[in-house]
Order: sequence, then C-alpha cells, then structure tokens
Amino acid sequence: MPTPMRKAKPVIRWGSPSMSETSTVIAHQFDDAEQQREASTLGMWVFLATEVMFFGGIFLGYILYRSEYSIAFAAASNRLDIWLGLINTAVLICSSFTMVLAVYNAAVARRRALQTNLLLTILLGCVFLSIKLYEYHMKFEENLVPGAAFAFPAPHAPAAEIFFSFYFAMTGMHAVHMIIGIGLLGGLLFRAGRGRYSPEYFTPVELVGLYWHFVDVVWIFLFPLLYLVGRHL
Amino acid sequence: MKSTPPISVKSYVGVFVALLLLTALTTAVAFVDLGGNLNVVAALAIAGGKAILVALYFMHLRHSSRLSWIFAGAGFFWLFILIVLTMSDALTRSGFSFAAQ
Repeated sequence: MPTPMRKAKPVIRWGSPSMSETSTVIAHQFDDAEQQREASTLGMWVFLATEVMFFGGIFLGYILYRSEYSIAFAAASNRLDIWLGLINTAVLICSSFTMVLAVYNAAVARRRALQTNLLLTILLGCVFLSIKLYEYHMKFEENLVPGAAFAFPAPHAPAAEIFFSFYFAMTGMHAVHMIIGIGLLGGLLFRAGRGRYSPEYFTPVELVGLYWHFVDVVWIFLFPLLYLVGRHL
Repeated sequence: MKSTPPISVKSYVGVFVALLLLTALTTAVAFVDLGGNLNVVAALAIAGGKAILVALYFMHLRHSSRLSWIFAGAGFFWLFILIVLTMSDALTRSGFSFAAQ
C-alpha cells in the first residue's frame, strides 16, 4: 500500500533548524500549541506515576523490615553521617531551585539566564553525586557494605546488613536517576546554546524540570527514612 | 497560547527558603526524643509537606489542569494502597513474624 499520509505532514518538522525562528511548532495531531504542551505534560506525569510505583516497592520493603527489626535498623542508621545527608539534601533543594529558574527563564526568553541555571543545576547534581560517592567510600572503609566483609556489633549484624542492602539499593537507584537527569540537562544546555527554545516552545525544559523535581522529592523522603528516624525509637 | 510563566520568581524564592527551613527543622527534631513513634511521624509529616511544596510550586501542579492533578494523584493513591494495606496486615498479625520465615 502506498503512503497516503505523506501529504498530511506537518508544515514544520520536529528538530528542523527553523524551529527557533517560528512562533509555533505543532505536530499535525494537535489543534494548537497549548494542547500539544498539555499532552506532553500529561505524558510526563504518567511516567512519573510509574516512577512512584517503582520507588514505592522498595520504600514498602524498607518500612516493612524496619518495623520488624526496628532496634537493629536504628543502630545501623546511626552509622550514617547525618551531616553529609543534610548537606546533600540542601544541595538537591538548591538544584531544584536553579532548575525552576531555568524553566522560568526559558519562558521569558532570557537565553543566557537559562543556560546559567541549567549549568548550575548540572554542577549541583555533580556536587550531590560526589558527596554520595564519598559516603559510599566511607562505608567501604568501615566494612558496612553487605557481603563477605560486612562487620557489625554482634546481636544486630544480620539485620544491619539488611539495612545497608536497602541503603545502597535506594540511594544507588536514586543516584542512577540523578546521572540520567544530568545527562538530560546536558542535552538541554546544548540545545539552549543553539537557540532551540523560545517562550512558545520550551516543553523539553519543562519536562526535564518535572523529572528533576521528582528525583528531589524521592530524596526528600530518603533523607529522613535512612538518616533521621533511627536517632530515636 | 501561554507565554507568560504562571508563577513569579518571588514565589519560587519563598518556596526555596521554606524547603531549606523545613530541612533544618526535620534535622533538629531528629535529635529530640519525642517519645513513642512521634519522631517517625514528625519526620514523615515534614517530608510530606516538602514534597507537596515541590509538587505545587516547582512542578507547577497548582496552575496545571485538573487532569494533571488526577494523573499525579493516581501514582500516590496506589502507593498509599500499597503501603497502608500491606502494613495493616503486617502490623496486626499476632505472634507472626514474616522475617522468621
């Protein structure tokens, strides 16, 4: 069968160099730019809902085991450095702030400010990962990594090993999301430099922003659950 | 066509400062023994408040369509079912420890 749809191609194709000069970039299935933007945002929220489920499973596992081994989990939790956790929480909140400023500046067509804020967000993300890496390094030094070398005071050792399995799985999965986010931000920075975004079209900046804030929200729950609630029972 | 951003920089700064203050608060509260499970309740309540601030202002949910609210809420609704139903089972069984299996 021939391709009858060929004629129905949109006037402006996605990724065409003329994109920044045109006021509207609308794929043919949408009525207008607003509807197109709405559809993209909804799609992102669907993805984030699956991410809630993805992280939700491991959060449930953690809560369940913590209720079972509350004393051992508290003892293990106290081996984490609360101050590094606090600094990292602040770093991530700062990165969410610069991210939201990037979206704002994309919307008001301040390209230089958009680039600066994207770069700051990337740098803050790297600071977070560096501190995390340092924490991981310390846990290796202290023999707190689950496995043959794991060492913990006698009565709580097996359950503490479960705690650290959760710790590495949860923070590790969070870090993977951060690395993906930094990659996406790098792409935005590159395209922003080529003038791809305008007040009429900055959906990618907005959607990566949603993703970045979501990853921030995951950490907002990880910080108290892993670092704080073990202080007192 | 929407070309003006829905929220001002001023409100972003306000939310940003509130998030930092709540982070300081949750850390400070962790060092005070509130007794019982109140420490856990306080920590999770503050985390929930921070998450709501991020979702409403940074993620623009406050100015999004009601459809976006349903999409965003659906994920957390199922998470609520997942955790509440599982824990209501696990915590109310007498003399049974799943960990002993």
